[in-house]
Amino acid sequence: MASEDRAAAGVTREEGSLGHQRIAFTVMVVLFVLAPFVFYPVFLMKALTFALFACAFNLLIGFGGLLSFGHAMFLGTAGYVCAHAAKEWGFNPEFAILFGTGASALLGIVTGLLAIRRQGIYFAMITLALAQMIFFFYVQTPFTKGEDGIQAVPRGMLFGAIDLSRPLAMYFFVLVIFLAGFLLIYRIIHSPFGQVLKAIRENEPRAISLGYRTDQYKLLAFVLSATLAGLAGATKALVFQLASLTDVHWTMSGEVVLMTLLGGLGTVFGPVVGAFIIITMENYLAALGQWVTVIQGAIFVACVLAFRRGIIGELGHWLKKPL
Amino acid sequence: MLQKRSALLAVSLAFAAGAAQAQISDGVIKIGVLNDMSGLYADLTGPGSVVAARLAVEDFGAAKKGMKVEIVSADHQNKPDVGSAIARTWYDTDKVDVIVDVPTSSVALAVSQITKDKGKAFLVSGAATSDLTGKACSPNTIHWTYDTWMLANGTGNAIVKTGGDTWFFITADYAFGHALERDTEAVVLKTGGKVLGKVRHPLSTQDFSSFLLQAQASKAKIIGLANAGGDTINSIKQAAEFGIVKAGQNLAGMLVFLPDIHALGLQTAQGLIFTETFYWDLNDNTRAFTKRFSAQAPRNLYPSMIHAGVYSAVIHYLKAIEAIKSDDGTKVIAQMKKMPTDDPLFGKGSIRADGRKLHPAYLVEVKKPSESKGPWDYYKVRNTLPADQAFRPVAEGDCPLVK
Amino acid sequence: MTEIFGVPTQALFGQLLIGLINGSFYALLSLGLAVIFGLLNIINFTHGAQYMLGAFFAYFLLNKAGLGYWWSLAIAPLASGAFGMLIERTMLKQLYKLDHLYGLLLTFGLALIIQGLFRNEYGSSGLPYPIPEELSGARNLGFMFLPNYRAWVIFASLVVCVGTWFVIERTKLGSYLRAATENPALVQAFGINVPRMITLTYGFGVGLAGLAGVMAAPIYQVSPQMGADLIIVVFAVVVIGGMGSIMGSIVTGFALGLVEGLTKVFYPEASNTVIFIIMAIVLMIKPAGLFGTQR
Repeated sequence: MASEDRAAAGVTREEGSLGHQRIAFTVMVVLFVLAPFVFYPVFLMKALTFALFACAFNLLIGFGGLLSFGHAMFLGTAGYVCAHAAKEWGFNPEFAILFGTGASALLGIVTGLLAIRRQGIYFAMITLALAQMIFFFYVQTPFTKGEDGIQAVPRGMLFGAIDLSRPLAMYFFVLVIFLAGFLLIYRIIHSPFGQVLKAIRENEPRAISLGYRTDQYKLLAFVLSATLAGLAGATKALVFQLASLTDVHWTMSGEVVLMTLLGGLGTVFGPVVGAFIIITMENYLAALGQWVTVIQGAIFVACVLAFRRGIIGELGHWLKKPL
Repeated sequence: MLQKRSALLAVSLAFAAGAAQAQISDGVIKIGVLNDMSGLYADLTGPGSVVAARLAVEDFGAAKKGMKVEIVSADHQNKPDVGSAIARTWYDTDKVDVIVDVPTSSVALAVSQITKDKGKAFLVSGAATSDLTGKACSPNTIHWTYDTWMLANGTGNAIVKTGGDTWFFITADYAFGHALERDTEAVVLKTGGKVLGKVRHPLSTQDFSSFLLQAQASKAKIIGLANAGGDTINSIKQAAEFGIVKAGQNLAGMLVFLPDIHALGLQTAQGLIFTETFYWDLNDNTRAFTKRFSAQAPRNLYPSMIHAGVYSAVIHYLKAIEAIKSDDGTKVIAQMKKMPTDDPLFGKGSIRADGRKLHPAYLVEVKKPSESKGPWDYYKVRNTLPADQAFRPVAEGDCPLVK
Repeated sequence: MTEIFGVPTQALFGQLLIGLINGSFYALLSLGLAVIFGLLNIINFTHGAQYMLGAFFAYFLLNKAGLGYWWSLAIAPLASGAFGMLIERTMLKQLYKLDHLYGLLLTFGLALIIQGLFRNEYGSSGLPYPIPEELSGARNLGFMFLPNYRAWVIFASLVVCVGTWFVIERTKLGSYLRAATENPALVQAFGINVPRMITLTYGFGVGLAGLAGVMAAPIYQVSPQMGADLIIVVFAVVVIGGMGSIMGSIVTGFALGLVEGLTKVFYPEASNTVIFIIMAIVLMIKPAGLFGTQR
């Protein structure tokens, strides 16, 4: 991506006051706490898990400059492992989610070691290739039950005490997971590690010449992103009580790119907004039937031609404050 | 937002002439048509199923009887998570009472589970898996039109009996492909046939010539196509190109529908044998329905058996509500099973305790171009399987409801 | 009969030939993608939809204008090319200075729109297109039964591929094109209209997709989704061959057709995945692809 774009989006100028980001964060939390009393909780939970997925993806592309075209493999792997653990082995929900997230983290280490050795479009293609192999594995292996997926996954009792089959209990559980993931990402971006990552994104040779071992930084970013994507996937499996091939298919990897781009690459809040818009469209446009893909396509085109910084990126540009 | 959507999309069909019955929740019976509006199965299900449901409400005479019926529809994109999200929203916030159609077995299984949890009603027409009345059967689900066991049994039996006793399978490497192959293989073996080989291809393969050559080399008399949609169409098209049928082997489609034949053209599809439970040209009733259906359907398509199933299921559902004056899902389904069915498309029939709707099945053969008298005149009905033989016996299904 | 891993050699020859035929489609499509990427730096995800358009043009010409296959072979690529140039003029040209990502996203969005519109109009199960009479029938090669039309596909795609390679790598026009990608300002200074050249190049790349679509129409169903899944496979072919390398995409296209053909015999379930396995291995060993040079 052209660096002037990013500078314009204000991403590189966040050394100044971050007060407005705190305000934005507070507004977001208040909205999410009130939302389930107005909107349908299952829809909100779906949007939250995708928002976390998009934030994890954004950590890699927006701040590490690495475009992964295979992030669905982390979402799906964690989903399958979590669903299997909860359904077949009777894990408690918190352990099932941790277990699924751990599986994605492991996969992140293995695929990361292979992928970070390449840059740009070649990095994207390696991640795509690896994700296709993972997809093939899940089609073949019997525990995923083919295209039927692992169905009727029990949500179980959180810490053995809270019954997650109650929609509001589940909603706040998901909200806590989302906020934890979001704050972790926020912390990473603003840590020294995050600064080095940005330096690598802007000019890798210079970062190397300054003595940074860029490969290690990139690998760590990749694994963190994979782990958080896995957290989103494991949570999603419990929300829908279902883990299916949809989550590992390459179109899912494309969808997360769309969410992040629409919201604003390299912005803190952009992926959340992008995910909410796309999920709202999917849910409420579903009734428009055959026009869904046409409308999605039109949004892609409009996004690229008219507001390339994404919604939050444009907003931040207009307010002259990074969001 | 939710209210806005229902206002926007609900097709209000009948405004109550009298007061709404007290037992009908919120005074409206809301039917949700959930299917594939944009993908592989859009022609077999899609907007056509909405047309069929609308015709059913008209023919039942809901308006005259003072019942208020609305139809909503949505696209599940053949994804179980999208489908289950829509089903939950419909039941929880949009007050949908019954979901109909739902092609793609994975989505149908997910919706069946949710329907059971919420105590609503689910009438499956589009999905194929016989598990819906087998180990995944539910007191809230009725499987209407067809299933994998019936297709395998109808087609497999008839072909083996007429001499096609050696088979080679070209199977989609997905659960539904495996199920079709497994059920058909069992029938072939039981009737004394042999399976010489099988090959499993990834879903949405373009080129089948390699698999067809393997089938040819096996020297099997019958090549069974255990796949669906575009995969089946391409297999048949390329089999014609490679002269498979001319060289003496025959194709048996395990999951073929009228719109598929329309897409292929008779020149390519002629001679293909498969099983359907409905054909538009069966009798005066079906022809009259088809005329009305086609006038409203996109691109004036003729109805597939799935469309006909949606029509028949909705009519019977409304009759059951009329009888018990309640739209409680579990009760309505129980009532539907109690009452014999009777509608213009499938004639008289019944619904079994495991949720299986019973009606005759037809073994059809695609006509030669010279035999076809007009547009959509595609089938010769070779054999009619009576309702009691067409479907899997209750005992073999492992349905927990009937144990 | 001799056998290789339990498969008779004779049958194996047949399978290899089939692989080569599929490879010729990959070659034609990836050639177009490679030309566009090499000269415009755009990853053209609309390629699959443009291939589909070619097939639909052929269908329209036959059913609305009564023009047969041979006419379509000439007209459909021109029509899709013209449509491509319209897209280039109105949209793509704004993106040349930006990251690849934007071109990819824009063209992906366009593909969704085009495929969606066609599906709404013509349904999902597709439309039939007959094999031209001159090429119907088949001959028995001894080891297999080869439809004449398939033989024609190999021949035609080889001619087109080699011709394109020759024009770009060996003629003056081609050298202008290559120079324009290296340094457009300098080439412009020599009095060559670079923007027009780029537009024509894009039109040509899309035209190749349209041509592949016409050639595919008689074998595959003419359906709105016919190019949707093909695009990532073809894109993988381009990456393996080396992004932007003309020769690379041609050779890789045919070679991967063969590999895929063999996979269909020995492990058919993996026939869609094998290309990605090869891509991962190639990128590990030769980062710029088999024929590419690292930029």
